[in-house]
Amino acid sequence: MRLAFTKHTLDNGLDVLLHQDRGCPIVAVNLWYHVGSKNEQPGHTGFAHLFEHLMFEGSQHYDRGYFQPLQGAGASLNGSTNADRTNYWEVVPANALELALWMESDRMGYLLPALTDAKFSNQRDVVLNERRQNYENRPYGLAPMALLAALYPPDHPYHWTTIGEIADLNTVRLDEVQAFFRRYYHPANASIALAGDIDLDDALGLVRTYFEDIDAGDRVVPVVAAAALSGDIRIFFEDRVELPRLYVAWLTPAMFADGDADLDLGTDLLANGKTSRLYRRLVFEERIATDVSAAQNSREIAGYAQITATAAPGHTLGEIEQVILEEVTRLAAGGPSDDEIERGRVQAEAQFMYRLQTVGGFGGKSDQLNAYNVFLGDPEYFERDLARYHDVTSQSLQQTVAHYLEPAHRVTLSIVPRGRSTLAAPDSSPTDVS
Amino acid sequence: MVVRGRPSAIDRSRLPEPGPVRSFAFPAIDKSRLSNGLNVWTVSHPEIPLIAFVLLVRRGASADPPGQDGLAALTADMLDEGSGARSAIEIHEELARIGAQFDTDIGSDALSMSATVLSRFADRALALLSDIVVRPALREGDFSRVRQLRLHRLTQLRDMPGAVADRAFLKLIYGSHPYGHAPIGSEASLAVMSVDDVRSFHASAIRPSFATLIAVGDCRHDQIVQLAARSFADWQDGNAGPAPIANGLPTAARLNIVPRPNAPQSELRIGHVAVPRDTPDYHALVVANTILGGQFVSRINLNLREDKGFTYGARTAFEFRRLAGPFVLQVSVQTTATARAIEESIGEIAGLRGPRPVTADELELGIAGLTRGYARNFETADHIARAAMQLALFDLPDDYFAQFVPTVSRVTAADVHRVMERHVHPPRLTTLIVGDLDAVGADLPALGLGDPVVLHPDLV
Repeated sequence: MRLAFTKHTLDNGLDVLLHQDRGCPIVAVNLWYHVGSKNEQPGHTGFAHLFEHLMFEGSQHYDRGYFQPLQGAGASLNGSTNADRTNYWEVVPANALELALWMESDRMGYLLPALTDAKFSNQRDVVLNERRQNYENRPYGLAPMALLAALYPPDHPYHWTTIGEIADLNTVRLDEVQAFFRRYYHPANASIALAGDIDLDDALGLVRTYFEDIDAGDRVVPVVAAAALSGDIRIFFEDRVELPRLYVAWLTPAMFADGDADLDLGTDLLANGKTSRLYRRLVFEERIATDVSAAQNSREIAGYAQITATAAPGHTLGEIEQVILEEVTRLAAGGPSDDEIERGRVQAEAQFMYRLQTVGGFGGKSDQLNAYNVFLGDPEYFERDLARYHDVTSQSLQQTVAHYLEPAHRVTLSIVPRGRSTLAAPDSSPTDVS
Repeated sequence: MVVRGRPSAIDRSRLPEPGPVRSFAFPAIDKSRLSNGLNVWTVSHPEIPLIAFVLLVRRGASADPPGQDGLAALTADMLDEGSGARSAIEIHEELARIGAQFDTDIGSDALSMSATVLSRFADRALALLSDIVVRPALREGDFSRVRQLRLHRLTQLRDMPGAVADRAFLKLIYGSHPYGHAPIGSEASLAVMSVDDVRSFHASAIRPSFATLIAVGDCRHDQIVQLAARSFADWQDGNAGPAPIANGLPTAARLNIVPRPNAPQSELRIGHVAVPRDTPDYHALVVANTILGGQFVSRINLNLREDKGFTYGARTAFEFRRLAGPFVLQVSVQTTATARAIEESIGEIAGLRGPRPVTADELELGIAGLTRGYARNFETADHIARAAMQLALFDLPDDYFAQFVPTVSRVTAADVHRVMERHVHPPRLTTLIVGDLDAVGADLPALGLGDPVVLHPDLV
């Protein structure tokens, strides 16, 4: 299983990754800027994501919106921001590759002359509505705010969510947007991947044509921060929900670091799907929860693992917490069975194969190449990435779980129905979240 | 002025024109039919050693018997809860051992089970799929657990404004019609259901003559037919339940609200029952919807999001089904903008139909957006399997994909006007708000839609 590519770096520092796949007459253009909410400062959160919105509002040489010409050429397109990076992609018919490169290069080189106060305040309103829709007006939607704030100290850049604080969004100014663009949106902080129905030489020539005359900016200094949990931090808040929900979270290794793959498989076998240990106990046998899930959320400079379960009516979060701790402790002591390890390996192989199916979009081949290139400087990492999962052993998984999913150092968050604070897990303190 | 790019050597005064269109052969579907009536369709797509299997059964939530809303979905949910002596967990362990991505989906007209697997496991995947669909255990103990989980799910849906809006809106526009309830059913209907109801629905609805097995990927037709014949040989047709028929539609109030005190946004649905999938106006309606609310640069989204900033996004759809499906606009807007968003929305719908007909530029853009990127829908095995499923569900011809682009390209502005006039009727639009009644109530009379009918959240 290989993901073949060529890599070139232009004089201005832009990395160019090319992958040919002639299966369908389409090309994915995928552009990463190595900036996310991790590059924000307290009091100025939500900025990287708001900026992503502004990238779709037109640039100097085509100032009538970003979508229209591309949709007219038959493209699908989108962008997203997370803590560590911002990505933009178009999947275009092969005959419209040049158009996509024209558009992407124009907003990399010439965004600011077209950026007006009117666009800025309109997209601020849109983002505030995105926040209402996906967080404030959604049951349990504010959980990430409470969890991240408890896991990481206030000066750690994972302390806040990518969508940002309402007060910060309301006070951000246009001149901050301009400074942000100068600092982060330039070729030396970007990586472009093309995957699909391309001739490799022609495609490289087109990228040179459109991007080579954009000036390199200053190198961005990597963000460094540390976090540690002093104990079991037990918090709760009230929300418009019918059933109480428990979150148990731990600090864990960063993406691609030692232990990351072990925790991926470990959280899967603890609580993902009907075969998992916690589903079996909480939902299938004891029936004290309506659902349970878990994930190792690995990010560039740190990770966190979480287990989430919703109480069935008549059952308490305390009961659920006890079962979660029992199963985590049992895995930490006894490790996984051979069958669990074997299932984990086959599923990892299948997952990696599924990712090779599509050239573009979120998580397709072009996005994958950029992820390896931006985070590791090594787009060739695909096979070694899969090997990380094949190399997990019963012993390594057991030791990693024992080391990181420690009952004494965690965050335990309860979200309970309004006016029902007694339903929180025992000894929890109220926390403010909005 | 900050300009990062130097004065450019390239011409940025105009956008590059697209080159010649590269040809694309739409996937050819090989079709067979087993002696028990099961259709077996395959498409060879051998680039990656995967196979996407879909088993489509043309019975869905609209086949729920009267008083048993939710039976089809509950039955679908019970299928992977064990087979023979094996428990649900054992079945899922077997799926995990072959790396399967397994999913069950239930819609109005059909249920489908999909399993994408590494192609070396094709035989085990089909054996498991047949155990799940043809030979489910349907045990009493599993039934009571699964039903309980669905009741808990209904409890949780009460907090989700989008789900509340979807369910209440269907009820308003369809009433007791087979499309008038969400697949999950209601507390009342689930409460009186028994495992025997599930067994009898399984026998009458999950039948080979309603079903099509689709396999797309690294496989050959004769190989899949042979494996399917072995796995599905003992699947026999029972007595068929009746096909759903359309009964009378209610007349809903024009303006309705489900109160959600202190909600920061209002979840809106605006629409009415429109048109079935087999309408000859299908392609023109798809073009009309693209322009009205089917793409980012649609009239509705440009107005409510990009001009007003009321929302994160707004869209419209004709939901095509075997019987007449709904036309619906859906959007979540900040509470203070509720009445204005309704006014603008209805204005845009009515505008495209009459006073502000589609322009030549809009028509060209809408058609281009639908046609130029059409090949993208056939990139992966999963994409192709989903496309083939549409043919099986709606009895579409083999050359349907090949004809799509030329047919859409022939749609004219007059066609858009004609189909909007025929199928969208502004006086019949039903508007539903899930939002803060105290905050928005005073703004509503000015809409001229009559007094809002207040719906109790527990009754929708």
